Amino acid sequence: MAADSQQVHLAIASRLENIELVQIAVEASLGQLALSEDTSHWIGIAVREAVANAIKHGNRNDPDKQVEVDFGIEDDTVVVRVADQGEGFDPKSLPDPLSPDNLLRPNGRGIFFMRKFMDDIEYTFRPEGGTVVTLRKKLSPSSKAEGGDQEEEEQG
Amino acid sequence: MKISARHREGITILEPKGKITIGVGDVALREAVHEALDAGAKKILINLTNVSTVDSSGIGEMVSAYTTVTHRGGQLKLVGLPPKVQDILQITQLITVFDVFDSEDEAVDSFEG
Repeated sequence: MAADSQQVHLAIASRLENIELVQIAVEASLGQLALSEDTSHWIGIAVREAVANAIKHGNRNDPDKQVEVDFGIEDDTVVVRVADQGEGFDPKSLPDPLSPDNLLRPNGRGIFFMRKFMDDIEYTFRPEGGTVVTLRKKLSPSSKAEGGDQEEEEQG
Repeated sequence: MKISARHREGITILEPKGKITIGVGDVALREAVHEALDAGAKKILINLTNVSTVDSSGIGEMVSAYTTVTHRGGQLKLVGLPPKVQDILQITQLITVFDVFDSEDEAVDSFEG
């Protein structure tokens, strides 16, 4: 797998319906990696959550502000960067959605899902403004679709 | 995402089809539950068999539906969870909150009153 064979860059206006566009592009890229359906699904959910947060909390649904999504493979790791033009926030200030007090809250699970479905999640705050969330998922053999490595094994 | 509604033995059964996700499915679910409540429903069963994806907004809307129905003295239960929806409920520990059933018959029989 070439390191940059699945590089995708998208810039969308901050409208929730554009999350579907991102998902289609991400699924198309993931589709080339012969991942298991489960792995693709959960990566897709994590990306949706990142983009939804960027639109809703970062850019506060202002369609004049963009969300940029960069998707690629680096060292057998899916790397997704989602950047908004918002004011930033303190990731440590987020309540635990599993706490009994929060279990019945209707919101507050987006970042929790990203952490659950990816191996690593990192926030950086650009000096010029805006937040970048970077999601990483290492592609282990169990991430691959069943039989996905068959041909390679037979040839090798 | 489309939601159909039918009635069986005094229970309103809502059947969403597609994604319960931010901006579309979550709003549709909220409206369907409120319509059922406005029509006097006290027993609501959501059949999730045909739901492909639930995100954090979708699960949040399911929680809201549960608390709204319960606060109004009603009951809201779930049936037919696809494996990925089951996973989401496990991860969020909401599996301990919702009454979940495998079959509609079993779910219908479980309603009290």
